[in-house]
Amino acid sequence: MSALQRDSVGYTVGFAALVCLVCAIPIAGAAVWLRPAQEENQRVDRLSKVLGVAGLVAPDEELARPEVLRRFSSRIKARVVDLKSGAYVDSMDASSYDQRQASRDPARSTAAPANDARVFRLPRFAVVYELRASEGSEEIKSVILPIQGYGLWSTMYGYIALNADARTIAGITFYEHGETPGLGGEIENPRWQERWKGRKAFDDTGALRIRVIKGAAGTAESDPYRMDGLSGATITSRGVSSTLSFWLGVNGFGPFLDRFRLSHSTKAS
Amino acid sequence: MARSTYSSMMLDPLIDENPIARQVLGICSALAVTTQLQPSLVMCLAVTGVLIASNVSISLIRNWVPSSIRIIVQLTIISSLVIVCDQLLKAYAFTVSKQLSVFIGLIITNCILMGRAEAFAMQNGPKASFFDAIGNGAGYSLVLLLVAVIRELLGAGRLFGVRILPLVTDGGWYVPNGLMVLSPAAFFLIGGMIWALRTWKPAQRERELTVHIESLEHDLELASARGASAAPAPRQRAA
Repeated sequence: MSALQRDSVGYTVGFAALVCLVCAIPIAGAAVWLRPAQEENQRVDRLSKVLGVAGLVAPDEELARPEVLRRFSSRIKARVVDLKSGAYVDSMDASSYDQRQASRDPARSTAAPANDARVFRLPRFAVVYELRASEGSEEIKSVILPIQGYGLWSTMYGYIALNADARTIAGITFYEHGETPGLGGEIENPRWQERWKGRKAFDDTGALRIRVIKGAAGTAESDPYRMDGLSGATITSRGVSSTLSFWLGVNGFGPFLDRFRLSHSTKAS
Repeated sequence: MARSTYSSMMLDPLIDENPIARQVLGICSALAVTTQLQPSLVMCLAVTGVLIASNVSISLIRNWVPSSIRIIVQLTIISSLVIVCDQLLKAYAFTVSKQLSVFIGLIITNCILMGRAEAFAMQNGPKASFFDAIGNGAGYSLVLLLVAVIRELLGAGRLFGVRILPLVTDGGWYVPNGLMVLSPAAFFLIGGMIWALRTWKPAQRERELTVHIESLEHDLELASARGASAAPAPRQRAA
């Protein structure tokens, strides 16, 4: 082939198109074929975060997939909850229900009331996880709720665990976000997450009190309703605060927590 | 081509023409992923794998590529390979892919790949390009793994996550060096390696720049003499 022909406009455009086409095949193939394996990885990753916030896995412990599934199934029960009424919907299978997908589906979600966490749509049903005191036991040690809210750049997805009194925070974690690494991204920091433990989301009258402040709060005993903000990440910290206010409030899991508290106090007395 | 040429293609990039230490390419990933040995190893395999595939495929089509779009063609091939590699890691090595996060994607901008494609694969046959890719991948890996061994050992007292030096916090004697966990440590280590290598092999030193500077000064004088009459305003602002 002559050099002239190779540099002609028609040949160049044609060659570029061919390269794009050929390169698109392996990319499309990989995306389609590997998706099931990738989604399974993400699911197991999310389950291991639930395990982490439940205290069933140490922060620096890496678990293989079978171990995650074993620990999860032995101690945790996922249940579907009707957000409005707060009642369990045990006719629905929690393991196959995708709450995030449901929030995008207009048929299964409603517009959320105005809120600072910038949650726009609320699913009708949500998944909660109950941590059992021991394997096979019916006694609930803590209840784990999915939360999501907007920080500075992104929606932060995470879980919060409340003790059986539905007031005391047993743990918090975030598994997906796009906050600035080193600043807002520190919501992933295990030491910061550790400082949440023992703080009270609600006071004795049942009023929602917890908020993230600017600077350092006291210990969980002396300053139970406030939590340290992340330095250099005021807006992310504020986002975490409004995320909790929203999801623990009347429009979020409030009705569920009221029922939960009620059923547990009657059981105790 | 003779056998010795292939072996020199593979061996030269280890020390004499090392892509990181000699040519100072691919520094970004060398700083970012080397805090631990395991992600570094995966990064090395990923870069070497993509480099082999890109070098061979670019070499195969080198005679048909229009010269006006050759760089973007190389880049298209490299990025496609990197995306596939990223997808594979997400499917089969999820934890490592989470640790490496964006740095797998950033292999696209790793100058070693573009450099080998443009400097070697565009001029040589697929077999030679294959060996060149192995050599350069190995040269990159050598430096990366060396830095990772030092950083993980001194920064966390571990290798591959296994405790080697007992930490003070766990009742041992080793106080971890916090600097080693931060990116500047890799800068210092690679800088030290480049210095050591060029002391050992003075041929690697860049030529002295005195001649260039003299002629540059001359050019500047000429330019300012010309500029003084034509456009004085920008010079005043610069001053």
